[in-house]
Amino acid sequence: MAKINGKEITEAAGGPLSRYLDEKGYKRTYIAVEVNGGILPKTEYDSYIINDEDVIEIVNFVGGG
Amino acid sequence: MNDKLVIAGHEFDSRFILGSGKYSLELIKAAVENAGAQIITLALRRANSDADNILDYIPKGVTLLPNTSGARNAEEAVRIARLSREVGCGDFVKIEVIHDSKYLLPDNYETIKATEILAKEGFIVMPYMYPDLNAARDLVNAGAASIMPLGAPIGSNKGICTKDFIKILIEEIDLPIIVDAGIGKPSQACEAMEMGAAAVMANTAIATAGDIPAMAEAFKKAIEAGRTAYLSGMGRVIEKASASSPLTGFLQD
Repeated sequence: MAKINGKEITEAAGGPLSRYLDEKGYKRTYIAVEVNGGILPKTEYDSYIINDEDVIEIVNFVGGG
Repeated sequence: MNDKLVIAGHEFDSRFILGSGKYSLELIKAAVENAGAQIITLALRRANSDADNILDYIPKGVTLLPNTSGARNAEEAVRIARLSREVGCGDFVKIEVIHDSKYLLPDNYETIKATEILAKEGFIVMPYMYPDLNAARDLVNAGAASIMPLGAPIGSNKGICTKDFIKILIEEIDLPIIVDAGIGKPSQACEAMEMGAAAVMANTAIATAGDIPAMAEAFKKAIEAGRTAYLSGMGRVIEKASASSPLTGFLQD
């Protein structure tokens, strides 16, 4: 089962990452994505198919000092 | 007067770097405007798709300075920096490597390692560090664009407890020295600038003030006053009195 931001997500695997991002309402301009420890460029969100064992991090900026 | 803050060839009129933590997104615009800040720090965290995004609240034209908070070693700092750049907001990064949760003191050794890696990758690296001259020299050699020594523990508002050591950095290091962390009130920001610091970074002092935009403005004025005083050259200090009024022409003569 794919793990996204620390949570196991059953429905994500098998589909493109962009579909997951759109479904959850992530705006691409605000985020960066890491798949299994490596950065996935924004241009590959559409073509990347989420695998069952993927560990994915979706990050963005928040307030900080 | 042409007195710019220059970091890796980028010029800034403002010498106040503002943090964006610990206060509401609604107040960020007013704080940035009142501060006159042209650089604002941010943190990188797991994204919550439901939350408003801070980038919508930062005025256009402000340079974003993501930090690597949360990193406990060089490797984690590098990972956070790369992800921050991938978001697409520029090459600036404030390195912060901390594994002491009580005082949040930075690990200079890991900071130097991260600086070296990221500078080679084209980042504009602004490392947060404990004010140690040898470590600062290593950071220069590692490719840092500025040095950000702490005045006191993060968020403490205690002022520039490390004053004498920051003065040594200002004296010896040929990069902008930006006092970061611990500055709690405008007079302390002014003091840092009078000492010859190139800029001041503050967050908690503003975020925990009663009126956040007003305190941002107070810091702006203090930083400008301190800078002007530094450039003016301080008046001398002597042990005895020295009359300011003429010592001739008294009525009883």
